Amino acid sequence: MKIKSTTIVDTFAEAFKMYGSRVIITAETKEWAMAAAQSITGFATSVIGCKCEAGIEAIIDADDSPDLRPGVSVLMFAMDAESLGKRLMERIGQCVMTCPTTACYNGLAEGSSVIVGGQLRYFGDGHQISKVLGESKLWRIPVMDGEFLVDDKFNIQESVGGGNLLILGKDQKSTLKAASAATKAMRELSDIILPFPNGVVRSGSKVGSKYKKLIASTNDAYCPTLRGVVENSELDDGINSVLEIVIDGLTLEAVEQAMRVGAIAAAKPGIKKISAGNYGGGLGQYHIQLHKLGLEA
Amino acid sequence: MALKLKLHTKPEVPLEADCICPDRMQSLSPTEIENLTVFHGNRQVPLKDFFECSGDFDGEINIEGDLVDVKHIASTMSFGKITVSGNVGVHTGAAMSGGEIIIEGDASDWVGPEMLGGRITVKGNAGHMVGSGYRGSTIGMQGGEIIVHGNVKNETGHVMRRGLIVVGGNSGDFTGVNMVAGTIIVLGEMGIRTGAGMKRGSIICQTKSELLPTFTKSCDYQPSFLRHYFKYLQTLGLTISDSLMNSPFERWCGDSIELNRGEILLYAGK
Repeated sequence: MKIKSTTIVDTFAEAFKMYGSRVIITAETKEWAMAAAQSITGFATSVIGCKCEAGIEAIIDADDSPDLRPGVSVLMFAMDAESLGKRLMERIGQCVMTCPTTACYNGLAEGSSVIVGGQLRYFGDGHQISKVLGESKLWRIPVMDGEFLVDDKFNIQESVGGGNLLILGKDQKSTLKAASAATKAMRELSDIILPFPNGVVRSGSKVGSKYKKLIASTNDAYCPTLRGVVENSELDDGINSVLEIVIDGLTLEAVEQAMRVGAIAAAKPGIKKISAGNYGGGLGQYHIQLHKLGLEA
Repeated sequence: MALKLKLHTKPEVPLEADCICPDRMQSLSPTEIENLTVFHGNRQVPLKDFFECSGDFDGEINIEGDLVDVKHIASTMSFGKITVSGNVGVHTGAAMSGGEIIIEGDASDWVGPEMLGGRITVKGNAGHMVGSGYRGSTIGMQGGEIIVHGNVKNETGHVMRRGLIVVGGNSGDFTGVNMVAGTIIVLGEMGIRTGAGMKRGSIICQTKSELLPTFTKSCDYQPSFLRHYFKYLQTLGLTISDSLMNSPFERWCGDSIELNRGEILLYAGK
């Protein structure tokens, strides 16, 4: 299969069942909302080293936000619901509550719930105030610029993590350009995030290592400098740079749609192949076949 | 098709009609509904002596007529919807725990006393003791919402513990008296002695008001939870001006003769 001159490899992305949550952050200005969003999504590229994966999903206009102020929607993912609950509490407490003028709301209508504001309230040292409006309970925690408003509970739902695309290009410049085009197109979509820096990862990994303490190590099959060194190199002559885009989404359909949009946007001159990373199919619950993404259309 | 009740005979003395409630009418035939007992003064009479019944009960009841002398409509209601195209008498929605009551006209005293949940909307005015506790009770409204588009009289939210009361117009004296917790929003003016004896809870008013000396001013600030509430009120059809939405509020804490954990937020805009 080809898109223009780019070959779509007949393989699949091996994705995992994760648990996801949507956090809505609002503030007096979009700059402060974004500052909190960037803080809460910092150091959250991969569960391998960061305990969770997080990213900015969308900018929210004031008219559409819970308190009619500018907002940012953030998605967070972890491997189990309990862990995600802990990460939500830590990150909302340290990165959102600390940021001037912010408020923080649950952004998922359904799913199981974890108590977040209900734990952060203790920071109020007895001066916190609860408010119940409709089905939601909010906590008002006194802080030095006024109050921090946070939902008592945040919902969590089963999600999909680790959808991915590998972009194999003739050189670093064209591969980077294609990856940027792909992430730009994918960011227009809802229900997904791209957790790595600017949406792109260069240090793709394989499971295990020659060093027993490591659970993951460099994906040598896709390292151009190792062609001729390792026996399992997947890189043909003329492929000199590979970049990966990892996608976490609230649903499998959202991840598939992002991969479809990303692959089409990345198929640019200089891109020899678009492939996907997997571990042989034995680890992940979801196998997203590139040839079944509807790329022909 | 909703059940329709039309008042055909105005009661000479107050009519106690707590049977007009989805909980009591579900699974009853039209004949059985017509023969439900109401108290006309101290006499037990069938509902059909005052109301013409038509349609089948499907969880919704539409009532027509001036019910100003009909008491206890929807008492202890837990589900369904009642729409009254007219005025209602006292104790409407007493201790209701769910469902919705919409009153197109005015309501008498004691709207939603000791209410637990659900929503009562009064398109006109309401009397005294909206969402209050009965005399002697230490806890009044414990949940749900009462939305009055017009004015209310005295002691709105007396000993209220949870829930939301919104007054689109003015409220009388002693708004939130002895309030335990919960939220009262008045979009007009309040009378005197607001929040007297309140322990916790929030009373928010769009206009400045003279408060008791046992309240202390904390600060001027913009509480973000209010924007959340105001947005919600807009969805209920209440008018919230941009200046109100974006204005600072004076925060007064009190009542210091009690826990001093209550707050009165007064519009501080220009």
